[in-house]
Amino acid sequence: MMFAMLGEAWRAMGANRLRTMLTMLGMVIGVGAVVLMMSIGQGAQYAIKQTIAAMGSNLFVLLSGSTSTGGVRSGGGGNLTLTVSDADAIAELPGVQVAAPIHPGNAQIVYGPNNWNTSIIGTTPDYLEARSWPVISGSAFTDSDVRSATRVALIGRTAAENLFGNEDPVGKTFRIRQSPFTVLGTLAAKGQGMDGRDQDDTIIIPLTTAQRQVFGSQFQGSVRMIMVQTTTQEAMPAVEKSMTELLRQRHRIREGMDNDFFLRNLTAAADSAEESTRVMSLLLGAIASVSLLVGGIGIMNIMLVSVTERTREIGIRMAIGARERDILLQFLLEAIIISVAGCFIGLLLGIGGALTVNALTGTMVIISGSSAVVAFGVAATVGIFFGFYPAHKAAQLDPIEALRYQ
Amino acid sequence: MAAEQYSVQAELGEASPKPAESIAPRPSASSWRTATISDAVIRIEGLHKLYETSAGLFPALKDVSLNIAAGEFVAIMGPSGSGKSTFMNLLGCLDKPSAGRYVLDGRDVEKLGKDELALLRNRTIGFVFQGFNLLPRMSLLENVALPLIYCGITSDERQQRAQALLSKVGLDGYAASMPNKISGGQQQRVAIARALINRPRLLLADEPTGNLDSQTSKEIMALFEGLNSEGITIVLVTHEPDIAQYAKRQVRFFDGRVVSDQITHQEAAV
Repeated sequence: MMFAMLGEAWRAMGANRLRTMLTMLGMVIGVGAVVLMMSIGQGAQYAIKQTIAAMGSNLFVLLSGSTSTGGVRSGGGGNLTLTVSDADAIAELPGVQVAAPIHPGNAQIVYGPNNWNTSIIGTTPDYLEARSWPVISGSAFTDSDVRSATRVALIGRTAAENLFGNEDPVGKTFRIRQSPFTVLGTLAAKGQGMDGRDQDDTIIIPLTTAQRQVFGSQFQGSVRMIMVQTTTQEAMPAVEKSMTELLRQRHRIREGMDNDFFLRNLTAAADSAEESTRVMSLLLGAIASVSLLVGGIGIMNIMLVSVTERTREIGIRMAIGARERDILLQFLLEAIIISVAGCFIGLLLGIGGALTVNALTGTMVIISGSSAVVAFGVAATVGIFFGFYPAHKAAQLDPIEALRYQ
Repeated sequence: MAAEQYSVQAELGEASPKPAESIAPRPSASSWRTATISDAVIRIEGLHKLYETSAGLFPALKDVSLNIAAGEFVAIMGPSGSGKSTFMNLLGCLDKPSAGRYVLDGRDVEKLGKDELALLRNRTIGFVFQGFNLLPRMSLLENVALPLIYCGITSDERQQRAQALLSKVGLDGYAASMPNKISGGQQQRVAIARALINRPRLLLADEPTGNLDSQTSKEIMALFEGLNSEGITIVLVTHEPDIAQYAKRQVRFFDGRVVSDQITHQEAAV
């Protein structure tokens, strides 16, 4: 029964090949557009997520504030108002994962005949956790290195390439300014940051070593920055509030006075970038879905024409014993076959299009099985939904009227 | 609306009314209901059919009562607009009466649902139309086998049975031909084969020779005679007296009523 019905649907579609193919084209374009847009959108989202993951997630940065002396205001970090003990206190707050004090700077590094100017980050091991920055060979320095201000360093990929060339840096000794340092480990490559800076052109050393032996700070306990990571994204607003209160209290800032520090939410920018990509890909998907809808209406249109054209045939079939549901099924099957076949071709074209975009522009695309399944499901639904009305109309024809139809 | 369309069509179909029918014999008491046999395939009592038209209700059939027994060969005759086609549609379960009772093969048609009516058309009734009504995109074999699709018979059996019937109507080598490649007489043979595929008890033919020349008409009528001798009940609508001659009983309609009912071949009364 079903096979016979399928055969008949095939024959009816084959009788008017051009029309069938044009009808199918609506579905092909609709599904192809949805698949293409979704893979580009998902690719963009993935790229943003990677950037965020590279930066580290749920991060705040506290910067030492400006001071004003006789009307001359220093810039941010002009006065080192933040201290290592501030960082320790913040680390105790609920919702805070780690708080890493940072003393950044730039210095010339030398190894054998090579030298290179790079950024030096003096910090604690917590910094690596906050930035989710793994050490890929050798090992990280520890809290005891920080306490005893040992001359050890972790080296980023770009700095390592420029200083050591093809040599394995682990265990080698190089100089920062005049002090010899031993490379404990190399850091995983992170690539560009949100601002386009090469994050791998860097050397990380213990905070105390940076302050005492490289940059020679006046106040040993003071730092320019503290990087704070919260346990979850949801905890960020609460932590922001409690952290501000804590610091105002610790710095004895009276009611109504400005903070002597700046608080930056590093993730917010990235989150908004992700959000805008998500909205964009949704929008693209929505626009593409409209073409799917138009394709469905095209199917309904042609099926209605087909029912009218074949009124007499329907009458004959009814006269020889077709039930209403036989007629309904016959026309519904045709609509479903057209939409599913169109969907399949559209799927292939969409994937091909996404791969072409990827090959030509290098844009990241993600072809997920779920979007294929969704497109297929939508196509079948569209076929049933838009095929049902014409099929129902056919099934409800009066046999005598249908037989007399010329 | 429907009736209006219908009556216009019927008038166009017959430009000059035949004088023979205007002097139709009056129904005689003796010939009325000659076929009241227990084994009736068709039992009709007080059948009325009204059509709604813009001018009001139009009665197409008025109080028609008729019994047809198994094995009969009945010709329904009458001028255009006499109600004979309406009567055939009711017989074929394509339409429902406005009033009255129709029992087909022991089943009261009024009480049947749409699906059960479709089943009757599929199993109990075979239709032969004036315009043949074959499906143009199907081969002759597929056309003949078509009714079997609606009763869940396997593809192999469908083909076997269709092939056997094509042989029976004398179209053995034509299984793969398309309907538009054969003559009208051959198309009507295919239509008859299709009507017979589900071994119906009743064969309904509406002007089956209306589109055929006289020689082909004779061949088709000979085919009907043969089928009748095998025991199939045949009801035939025609307005040609020489076609009606083949039937064993002639029922005349006029103005929505049965005006005569005669047995023309005595041996027909089984």
